[in-house]
Amino acid sequence: MFARRYVADRSLATAVFLALKRRKPLLLEGEPGVGKTEVAKVLADLLETRLIRLQCYEGIDISTAVYEWNYTRQMLYIRLMEASGATRQEELKEIFGPDFLIKRPLLQAIDPANAKAPVLLIDELDRSDEEFEAYLLELLSDFQITIPEIGTIAAKEPPIVVITSNRTREIHDALRRRCLYYWIDYPTLEKEYSIVLARMPEAPEWLAKQVCAFVRELRALDLFKAPGVAETLDWIASLLALNQLELVEGTVRDTLGALLKYQDDVLKVGGSNLGKLLEKARNVSS
Amino acid sequence: MDAHNFERLDNPLFFTRERTDPSAGLPEPGQDGLRPTGAALTPPLSPSELERGERLLYRLAEFGHLLWESGIEVGPQQLLDLAETLNEIDITNPGDFYYTLKCSLLTRHEQETLFDQLFNYYWLTRDRQDRPPDPGPTRRDDRQIRLPPSERKRLAEHLNADNQQRELRMGERESERRRLLDEQAGEPEDEQAPPQGTAYSALELLRKKDFESFTWEEVQEAKRLMAEMRWNLGLRPTRRKRPVRKGDYPDMRRIVRRNLKYGAELLELTWRENKEKPRPLVIICDISGSMSLYSRLLLHFIHTVSNGLLNVEAFVFGTRLTRITRQLKRRDVDDAVREVSRTVQDWSGGTRIGEALHTFNQQWARRVLGRGAVVLIISDGWDRGDASLLRAEMDRLQHSCHRLIWLNPLLGSPDYRPLTIGMKTALPYIDDFLPAHNLDSLIHLGKLLERIDDRRPTRTPATRREAVKAWNRPTP
Repeated sequence: MFARRYVADRSLATAVFLALKRRKPLLLEGEPGVGKTEVAKVLADLLETRLIRLQCYEGIDISTAVYEWNYTRQMLYIRLMEASGATRQEELKEIFGPDFLIKRPLLQAIDPANAKAPVLLIDELDRSDEEFEAYLLELLSDFQITIPEIGTIAAKEPPIVVITSNRTREIHDALRRRCLYYWIDYPTLEKEYSIVLARMPEAPEWLAKQVCAFVRELRALDLFKAPGVAETLDWIASLLALNQLELVEGTVRDTLGALLKYQDDVLKVGGSNLGKLLEKARNVSS
Repeated sequence: MDAHNFERLDNPLFFTRERTDPSAGLPEPGQDGLRPTGAALTPPLSPSELERGERLLYRLAEFGHLLWESGIEVGPQQLLDLAETLNEIDITNPGDFYYTLKCSLLTRHEQETLFDQLFNYYWLTRDRQDRPPDPGPTRRDDRQIRLPPSERKRLAEHLNADNQQRELRMGERESERRRLLDEQAGEPEDEQAPPQGTAYSALELLRKKDFESFTWEEVQEAKRLMAEMRWNLGLRPTRRKRPVRKGDYPDMRRIVRRNLKYGAELLELTWRENKEKPRPLVIICDISGSMSLYSRLLLHFIHTVSNGLLNVEAFVFGTRLTRITRQLKRRDVDDAVREVSRTVQDWSGGTRIGEALHTFNQQWARRVLGRGAVVLIISDGWDRGDASLLRAEMDRLQHSCHRLIWLNPLLGSPDYRPLTIGMKTALPYIDDFLPAHNLDSLIHLGKLLERIDDRRPTRTPATRREAVKAWNRPTP
């Protein structure tokens, strides 16, 4: 996976490997910004297959997740048929046919026409409600969907499913048991450093080291929302944009917003101990 | 499962009884606070070592059982799946074996340390009885389990007995403290005024009686009454739609189907509207020493609430916060309460509301306070912690929930004033400050919960000051 600029350790690699081998959904949990979604993206890239992404939200239902009929086209078509004087029977058959079907992500993922199994990313499942989760349970066990007007559509090649959750709600046990589970933690200093190098080759090594060390110091503080890897990368990007080659207290203070997303946290870190934190970070990285 | 899978599984496995050097051997998960990485792994074992192994399938089942006993609920299907999965990996690579078991059997991050310890115990140390036990982990979390289940059970019972004794002592100390408090507030000694009027039935008396002075029989009766109470929480609209006769959104899918018979004319319209759901309820209950006269009954109360409502999360705290939602899922009240007291380590100890709320805000708020949750804190406000911390955490908590209700058993007394530092600090951030000393007050709470609507209570500095003033004003 390193070739695709994703740094995975052996434990995650094992989970991904088994998910591929056994065709079981992979449930990834972890703090926001540790690279859960990225796993699916990299996987699709690696397998050279399509990534189908379903972003979950509260109230997501079949018509937005699975399929919907194209009403405007259906009605226009009925008018057209009427004008040309065709019989009713034919109309009925056609307007509930594949031509009028809008395929949403889940249906796309199990489309028998897929030449290669796609990667299906069900992102932030915790945001959806229990009803949708229950529906998903059924879908994930046999990879088929029944549309009353058309019949059952089953995947030829079951998709590779990656589910992510930020734990804003507990995912039900029934779903958990059907998945391989993996918790992505904040990376170690060394790992984060290699992630930064892989993602931002243009960043000077010295700066990258300091940034990683500083972020690690921040995570050790008792913050409301500790910065994730995504924030680290963001921060480096902002520092590079400001032509910084080293962490300087003033600039750090000005750019803290890239790392910390709560006012309380910014106040806590930006206070008098910022100098000490920077000192510590410099010592670790030298 | 196919026959060939069994063949493979019947192979003896490498996890042997003896190992010459543990440091060079299998990874010791969790020992240094890190999960083992690829670098720490050793090459596969030699055939002679393999021979001493036991049958894998049997051992897997046994390990699954051990997990189940310790609270990691592993299903038979998971084990079967795992057995098949093992065909895919090189089971003589200890690291891969560990990772595979972990991602197949473990389903929650919270149980990771426990899993690691059990893995360690079952696959690595159990068979090395002659070896002296590990010098002991350095991390705090690792302390929980290094003992076989039978041992742990004994230990738990022992600790429980200890707790009960302490609770009795705390009870005595509490009445002492309460007297001091009463004197401080200038209250008369006797606060249990008999109810006015004469035509009260026994039941009515029970409903008005302070939990504090319950006899054993009355406790049983109260439990029965609580079990009969029905709880409904205020509804909130969700974004999920349902079909209705007349609503806000046209139901296009049905409209097209219904109107086919008219050709292209849309004559019949059907509608959809937002579905409503009860709000989530989060209960944070104080079980420290000063609450001990109430906490057992209140736990019964929490149990009935969480079994009667769909979406309830429950926590208890003394000096630290413990989530008890899972324990309360047991149907039988007494089982559930026993289970809770087994889990909770700081029963009847000191109180640190600020710290407990801090933990809650950090670790749980984002997970349980979504979707317009109502928060119920049950505490008498006796706090030994840091007031400024409590203030900050109450502020944050109030910001992230729909309604913040504080139940205080001491409020049952008409002359009660929030004088303790903890209560004084918390008061401005509470939307409803209610008593919880008898059955009536709980019934009253139930009615309030039912009435909660979509409007958030106004929370401006002025309203906060006003609320505090109202509570401190002497009764006419």
